[in-house]
Amino acid sequence: MTATTESRPRTAAPSMVAATRLGWGIVALVALALPVYASGYHLYQFSQVLIYAIALLGLNLLTGFNGQISLGHGAFFAIGGYGAAILITKFGLPYWAAIPIASAVCFVAGFLFGFPALRLGGLYLALATFALAVAAPQILSYKGFDAYTGGSQGLQLAKPHPPFGLPLNIDQWLYLVCLGCAAALFWAVANLVRGRVGRALVAIRDHPIAAEAMGVDAALYKTTCFGISALYAGVAGGLSAITVGFVSPDSFGLPLSLAFLVGIVVGGLASIGGVIFGALFIEFVPNYADQLSVYFGESAKALPGAIYGLLLILLMAVAPSGVAGAIRAAVRVFDRALRS
Amino acid sequence: MTTRRTFLTSSAMTAAAFAASGWPARAENAPGVTDTEIKIGQTMPYSGPASAYGLIGKTEAAYFRMINETGGVNGRKINLISLDDGYSPPKTVEQVRRLVEQEQVAFLFNTLGTPPNAAIRQYLNDNKVPQLFVATGAAMWGDPQHFPWTIGFQPNYQTEAAIFGKHILATKPDAKIGVLYQNDAFGKDYLIGLKAGLGADHAGMVIKEASYETSEPTVESQVVTLQGSGADTFLIAATPKFAAQAIRKSYDIGWNAVRYMTDVSLSVAAVMKPAGLEKSKGVITAIYYKDATDPRWADDSGFKQFAAFVSKYMSPSEMADSNTTYGTLAGATIVQALKQCGNDLSRENIMKQAGNIRDLELPMLLPGVKINTSPDNFYPIRQLHLARFNGESWGLFGDVMTD
Repeated sequence: MTATTESRPRTAAPSMVAATRLGWGIVALVALALPVYASGYHLYQFSQVLIYAIALLGLNLLTGFNGQISLGHGAFFAIGGYGAAILITKFGLPYWAAIPIASAVCFVAGFLFGFPALRLGGLYLALATFALAVAAPQILSYKGFDAYTGGSQGLQLAKPHPPFGLPLNIDQWLYLVCLGCAAALFWAVANLVRGRVGRALVAIRDHPIAAEAMGVDAALYKTTCFGISALYAGVAGGLSAITVGFVSPDSFGLPLSLAFLVGIVVGGLASIGGVIFGALFIEFVPNYADQLSVYFGESAKALPGAIYGLLLILLMAVAPSGVAGAIRAAVRVFDRALRS
Repeated sequence: MTTRRTFLTSSAMTAAAFAASGWPARAENAPGVTDTEIKIGQTMPYSGPASAYGLIGKTEAAYFRMINETGGVNGRKINLISLDDGYSPPKTVEQVRRLVEQEQVAFLFNTLGTPPNAAIRQYLNDNKVPQLFVATGAAMWGDPQHFPWTIGFQPNYQTEAAIFGKHILATKPDAKIGVLYQNDAFGKDYLIGLKAGLGADHAGMVIKEASYETSEPTVESQVVTLQGSGADTFLIAATPKFAAQAIRKSYDIGWNAVRYMTDVSLSVAAVMKPAGLEKSKGVITAIYYKDATDPRWADDSGFKQFAAFVSKYMSPSEMADSNTTYGTLAGATIVQALKQCGNDLSRENIMKQAGNIRDLELPMLLPGVKINTSPDNFYPIRQLHLARFNGESWGLFGDVMTD
C-alpha cells in the first residue's frame, strides 16, 4: 500500500479539497453538538437520518461505485432489524452484541445473493432485487416463523439505557450510538473507495472487460461488494429496531427500498458525503410535503405524495447529479471566479 | 441494580420532559387545552399502501369543523392535527413524538393501523398520554390492566366470530362446523373468537379447519376438503377475493351448508357480484353500522343527518365509502367523551370518561347497537346485527347480538 493520497486523481482543485474538509468539519461539529441542544423528538429524527445515511452508504457503494442496481435493500435492512430484534427479545442478547451478529448474517446473505447477481446485469438485477423487497414483508409474516417474528403483529423491544450511569437520557444515548456507528462506517467506506479496491470497483462499473483484462477478479469484487453493502443495510436495520423499539413487516415494505434508491440519487451517485443529503431528504421531505398539503385545503389531504413527487422532480431538474454534484459545481464556479 | 437504574433514569427523564416542555405542574388540564381549544393529534396513512384509509382522517377533520361551527364542545373548539405516517411504524413513532412533545396535544385519537398503534402503545402508556379509540380490528386494544391509557373502538374479529358461534348454538346446536380462514392474525383471531362463542363444551363442533395463504391463487380445494369432512355449517374468514371464490365454489359443488362470512367481505360489488348474486343467497354476516348505499335507509333520520353532513362538509362522492361512515362514528364518540369531561380536561379525566360511555347511540349505528365502555371494558362496540344476503342486499334479521 503506497500512500493512498498519491493514487488519488489529481483533478480536484485545492479549493475543492479545502471545501470538502470544511464541510466535514461543520458536519462533525453540528452532529456532536446536537444532543446538547436538540429535544428528544429531534434527536429521534436525527437518529433516523443517521440510520438512513448508513443504509444509503451501503447502497451507494454497490450502485454508485460498483454499478449494481439494487431495489431490494429494504430486505437486508429488514434482516438486520428482525435479526437484532429476535436476538434481543428471544435470546436475551444485549443490543451491542445483537446488531453485529445480525449484520454479519446480512453480509452472508448479501454475499450469497451476489452470485446470481453476477449473471444479471443492469435492469435485470434491478428486477431480481425488486423481488426481494416485495417478498420480504410476506416472508416476515409467514406463520411458520411466528414464534420468532411475532407474525404480522411484529415485535416490541425495550430501548437500551445508557451504560455506566452516563448522565444521558435514552434519546441522547441512542443518537450517540447511531452517530458512533455512522462515523466508523463512513470512515471505513472512505478508506475503501480511495484505494485499490475502490479503483477496481469503479473500473468494473465503467468497463468490466477492461477491468478483467487488468487482472481484476470481477466476480470476487462484485459479490464481496454486495456483501458489504448488505452489511451496511443490516447495521442500519439493527439500529432502527432499537431506536424505534418495534419491528413489524410493515416497517420494511417496498416504499423503504424505493426511498433508499431516491436517497442515493438525490444525494449524488458515487458520493460519500452526498448520502447525508439523501438521508436528510428521505427523512424530512415527506414531512414537509405533508405539511404543505395542508395549504391546499382539507380536501387535499391526499396530496402529500404528489407534493413529494413534485419536489423530487424539481430537485432532479436543478441538480441532475444530486446535491453533492450541485455543491461540487458551485465550488468550481466559485473557484474560477476567484482566479479570474 | 438494573431496575433501580432504569427507574432513576426514567424518572429523571420524565422530570426533564416536564421541565423542558413546561407542562403544567397542577394536575388540572392536559397540554393542548386552553379556554377556547382542545388540541388533539392522530396519524393516518395519507400516503403509501394503505392510503385508502386516509379518508377516515379527512372525515374526522370535517366532522370537527362541523362541531366547531356549532359552538364546539363545552365552548372549546377541537383542533385535530392529523399527520401522515404512510402506514410505516418508524414514521408513526416519529410523528406521535412530534404530536406529544412538540405540538403538545392533549391525547391521540383514532390513529390508524395495527402495526402503527402497536409501535406507539408503550411510549404513550409510559408518558400517560391517552391513546383513544384506535382504528384497528385486532383484539389487543382492550387491555386496561396492562395498558390503561389505550382503548379500542370497532368490534374486533373475535367479537364477530363469537357472535356467529352463539347464533350457531342457538339455531343449530348439533352443527358440524367447517372453517376456512386466512393464515394471519385476522384469520386466527376468528378461530379464537368462534371457539369462545361456542364455549369450551362445544369446541368440538368445529370438525375441520382449512387455512390459505394470500399468495394462493384459489381456495377451491380447501372448500372441497371442508365439504368432504361432513360439515354442514361453513364459516368463511376470508378477505374479499377469497370469500367470493369460497361462496361460488360451495354453491357449485352442491354443498348445502349454512354459510357465515366475515363482515370484512360484505361488499356487494367486490364479493357478492363476482361470486354470483344467485349463488350468494343466504350467506349470513354481522354488521354494526348503516350501509350508506343501502336504499332502505333513504328515509331514516340518522342517515339524513349523515347525508347532510357529507354534502355540506365533504364531497358527495365520498358518501358511499364506508370509511366516511366510520369516521363520523369515531368523531361522534370522542365528542361524547369530551362532553362528559365538562371542565376537567386533565388526561386522567379524559381517559376516565373515554372508559365511561353509557349506551351511546349514533345516527349511523344500526338501531339497537350502542357504544358502551367501563373501567374493565375497553372494547366500545361489542354488538352486531346479523344480516342475510337476499340476492340484492343485506337484510337484517333477529336482534342485536352481544359477544
